[in-house]
Amino acid sequence: MLRFLFTRVSLLIPTFFGMTLLAFFLIRLVPGDPIETMAGERGIDAARHAALLVEYGLDKPVLTQYGIYIGRVLQGDLGKSIITQVPVLDEFLTLFPATIELAVCAIAFALLLGIPAGIIAAVKRSSWFDHGVMTVSLTGYSMPIFWWGLLLIMFFSVQLGLTPVSGRLDVMHYIEPVTGFLLLDALMAGETAAFFSALKHLILPAIVLGTNPLAVVARMTRSAMLEVLGEDYIRTARAKGLSGFRVVALHALRNALIPVVTVIGLQVGVLFTGAILTETIFSWPGVGKWLIEAINRRDYPVLQGGMLLLGIVVMVVNVLVDVTYGIINPRIRVSR
Amino acid sequence: MALTTFTSGNAAPTHPGPLREFWRAFSANKGAVFGLVVVCTLLLLALFAPLIAPHAPDQTNSAAFLKPPFWQAGGSSTYLLGTDAIGRDILSRLIHGARLSLSIGAAVVVIALILGVTLGLIAGFYRGVIEVAIMRIMDIILTLPSLLLAIVIVAILGPGLINAMLAVAVVVLPHYVRITRAAVITEVSKDYVTAARISGAGTLRLMFSEVLPNCAAPLIVQASLGVSTAILDAAALGFLGLGAQPPSPEWGTMLADAREFVMRAWWVVTLPGLMIVVAVLAFNLLGDGLRDALDPKLKR
Repeated sequence: MLRFLFTRVSLLIPTFFGMTLLAFFLIRLVPGDPIETMAGERGIDAARHAALLVEYGLDKPVLTQYGIYIGRVLQGDLGKSIITQVPVLDEFLTLFPATIELAVCAIAFALLLGIPAGIIAAVKRSSWFDHGVMTVSLTGYSMPIFWWGLLLIMFFSVQLGLTPVSGRLDVMHYIEPVTGFLLLDALMAGETAAFFSALKHLILPAIVLGTNPLAVVARMTRSAMLEVLGEDYIRTARAKGLSGFRVVALHALRNALIPVVTVIGLQVGVLFTGAILTETIFSWPGVGKWLIEAINRRDYPVLQGGMLLLGIVVMVVNVLVDVTYGIINPRIRVSR
Repeated sequence: MALTTFTSGNAAPTHPGPLREFWRAFSANKGAVFGLVVVCTLLLLALFAPLIAPHAPDQTNSAAFLKPPFWQAGGSSTYLLGTDAIGRDILSRLIHGARLSLSIGAAVVVIALILGVTLGLIAGFYRGVIEVAIMRIMDIILTLPSLLLAIVIVAILGPGLINAMLAVAVVVLPHYVRITRAAVITEVSKDYVTAARISGAGTLRLMFSEVLPNCAAPLIVQASLGVSTAILDAAALGFLGLGAQPPSPEWGTMLADAREFVMRAWWVVTLPGLMIVVAVLAFNLLGDGLRDALDPKLKR
């Protein structure tokens, strides 16, 4: 087990360096001089230009610059935003809880709906329900979520007036950020009204972001369940006279959930991709919206740091999923 | 495999040719046939867009701003699906948009196929350091959230349709490299490759005329599914203002313009997205059907 853990975790190191290389060189490909980009339309005189080149270390050879960059990254220094002059890491950490809150709710939505739907579809194979679930999930999988978000806003917010159009909280409420997760913070502060306001703001974005994972979870649960239901031990359990519910819920589901857990873990990258779009539509103050704004303002340090940080999060989660998978399914461990 | 040998299959009439066998397996899947029909319809729309569309896609009419579709009060048969904020015919723009979206899908897949197959062949043939380097880079691309990487690439190259296509091609590249490499590794150890090698075939010949045709089935499936990903991602970039630029009638770009009319003009918001779903769904159905028909291991 230790050896398995070690090989998994040691794979992180080359991937991490590869990612820093990518982040470093991609930003260098930006056409134009970085100092002049920073100076903007006002322009800059030659002496100041030269001084800034030295200050930012841009006069050194590229490899030395990369070395300096790596050294700083390892110390948690990802540079400052050109616009706000706030360190990129600080901005990221302030905004990231909003994105996690949204992503967690989206995954909860996907699981609560997707797993039961997948199970019922598998048990009642080829029924109208099965066909329905498969059609809906294929549509969900093909859905451009930015359009889906607009449709939901149009129906629930504009037509019915049930949910707010954007943001995380009504302006009349204020919650002191402790954890950064508004739902938790509101509950801890005992502000019921603020809690419900936050919940109302969360519903539509969570549904939009959860739609693609929902489709994947439902399809995956169904196919894993179908496979497990064909196994000998299920037939044995049925032959012993156990009730259909007991066989499905206790015997089959446990093994069918193994691939589902893996798939959920691998959805993290998909979730961040979706968060960029969802946050843009709902003006949700998370890292996705932050990155899009950084592009529009040509704030390259934010873009570079944000890409690296999100990449690291996905990378770590993938390894965690791998390790969890090894723990719940010992066969994997041995075969590697 | 089926596609490369179908000419010789016609010799024995008792045995159905591989192409016919493929069609029988494919047409048994109703979803796949539906997908094929929709894809063909979209292709026809795209090819004959100027003939079918009632108006030019960028022709404005200052007398008809935000006209609803014909079945609603205030709509007219001149503009069957209504007009947008500067009086352009939505139907015509959607039809011309099919041109853009299908070209994007095709271009992205072709770029990714050419690069991916080459890299995959190299990785599969020359194992060792080259393979490790190529596959590591692909792992890194796969680790980064796809849209994020595409956005960063577009931010560097500058917004626009061509750059968006390049960015999406880079993002989907790892799938093609992985599939090709995996197929090459299983094929290379087979006897026919050894035979060809012994009879003096060079590496390039081995790569392209011996091994590659036998890796075609998974690549065809991936290419078909890849068109849907490409259309979806390019539309997302268009929606974020980083893909095709206005006044281009790309569906995602049309949606970006439509955001401010959520309150009062549902048709401007609903219709372009509907086209995206239909197109993406059709290519997904088609890809699933091709996979079932081409890959005997996954046959039901």
